[in-house]
Amino acid sequence: MKLVTAIIKPHKLDDVKEALRKAGLHGMTVDEVKGFGRQGGKTEIYRGAEYVVDLLPKVRVETVVPDDLADQVADIMVAAGRTGNIGDGKVWITTVDKVIRIRTGELGDEAL
Amino acid sequence: MIDAGDTAWMLVSTGLVLFMTPGLAFFYGGMVRAKNVLGMLMQNFFAMGLLAIVWVAIAFSLAFGNFGDGGFIGNLDFAWMRDVNESVGPEAFALSIPFVLFCAYQMTFAVITPALITGATADRLKFSAYAVFIALWLVLVYAPVAHWVFGGGWLAELGALDFAGGAVVHINAGAAALAMVLVLGRRRGWPREGMHPHSLPLTLLGTGILWFGWFGFNAGSALSADGIAAQALMNTFLAASAGMLGWLFVERVKDGKPTTLGAASGAVAGLVAITPCAGFVGGMSPIAIGLAAGVLCVLAIQLKYRLGYDDSLDVIGVHLVGGLVGALLLGLFADSAVNEAVTDEGLFLGGGLSLLWFQLVASVVTLAFSFVVSLLIAKVVDLVVGLRVTPSEEDEGLDFTQHAETAYSFGSTGSMDRLR
Repeated sequence: MKLVTAIIKPHKLDDVKEALRKAGLHGMTVDEVKGFGRQGGKTEIYRGAEYVVDLLPKVRVETVVPDDLADQVADIMVAAGRTGNIGDGKVWITTVDKVIRIRTGELGDEAL
Repeated sequence: MIDAGDTAWMLVSTGLVLFMTPGLAFFYGGMVRAKNVLGMLMQNFFAMGLLAIVWVAIAFSLAFGNFGDGGFIGNLDFAWMRDVNESVGPEAFALSIPFVLFCAYQMTFAVITPALITGATADRLKFSAYAVFIALWLVLVYAPVAHWVFGGGWLAELGALDFAGGAVVHINAGAAALAMVLVLGRRRGWPREGMHPHSLPLTLLGTGILWFGWFGFNAGSALSADGIAAQALMNTFLAASAGMLGWLFVERVKDGKPTTLGAASGAVAGLVAITPCAGFVGGMSPIAIGLAAGVLCVLAIQLKYRLGYDDSLDVIGVHLVGGLVGALLLGLFADSAVNEAVTDEGLFLGGGLSLLWFQLVASVVTLAFSFVVSLLIAKVVDLVVGLRVTPSEEDEGLDFTQHAETAYSFGSTGSMDRLR
């Protein structure tokens, strides 16, 4: 099994969610995170005092899928999350050793 | 004789001015960090609790006893509300409203003036020290200065004009703020760490309340429902508008963007500057006064970074500087056609330099007196009670360490079990 993780712009969440749902994905976990990559920060000004906001709001989407679906899911996330501007985020895939469904105790692909 | 119209207007004005203190609380509260917002709101609301009592117990009498004596301080004739009742009061006051209403109206000024200082001492002043400081300050600084100007004391007799408190309220509180920040020191991490406003919507809401209440502050200072009150109201409106435009213009040129905080700050700067002038100028003068205040105050708030004092929310930059701008410009724009109490007209009205000189004297003396006595009070309170919270309390925030509360509990994770 693979964990596919995407860090995306907050306003692209709906597009990514919709695209994954259309592809038949069963579930995902989403949280609001902050961070920066190449985009760097932005500057805010309060009464003339400038502040660099270097951690920008992003959304992290995580989903665990069977091995053979991982690349496809990642491609969907990349396509749906892209605006073409700096700061679009990243998608990565990691290996997952074991998954257990809490309600039934099912293991592995059965639990997804 | 009591006039029903005057009394009705002053009853309303009293409510309007009182409403400015919660307005100020939100104006300041939005500008502090989220961990200190309750501390800020509490200091302002607490002023409505404590200072009202101190006012009727003694401060009102020290400000308005010996009315018209040309002196330095009042007496104890009206202490403990003696003879403060529904009659028009002593003849010298020449009131057309009940004396007790006059006392209540002036009480709302006594509440908000010390509260203005909280903007300078934000994020680090211990609550107990604050309570002791403002009570002492009301009696030892506000009451005498109010007597000099509003109580027919020596500055009034000299010929200085102050319609609604440019010196008594704004220069006074601004000078005290300067004294306090010098004794108190900077916030930990200032100016290196980011300490930007946590909720500008709160600040804008507070600004709207202040602007609304200021009509009672300035037009109410006519003490009657007449043409001078109407003129004061129009002047108040126009100066706030022009102050906003002046501030935003400088910001747009200097920093690139007009900001909401700038709009709020500029309006307040204009309101501060028109306060001494409100019932003494007319025509387009309030626009010039407001504009000057907006432009000068936005430049003045940068001074703290140059000089290194942590006037956290710019009480000195807005109230001291704005108060000085208004007091001095009155020496240029005062118009006897607007108010016959203007005996020496402003320079631009052909009245020569005498009024400008009186205004300068009144401003400098008020500034110096307030600064020195405030410094002494701050030092004494610091020795006896301790002005500052501990460094770890400052890091944790005033809300929890001073009041055992949290302003915003948005997260649903974690648990809160009842202890008792």
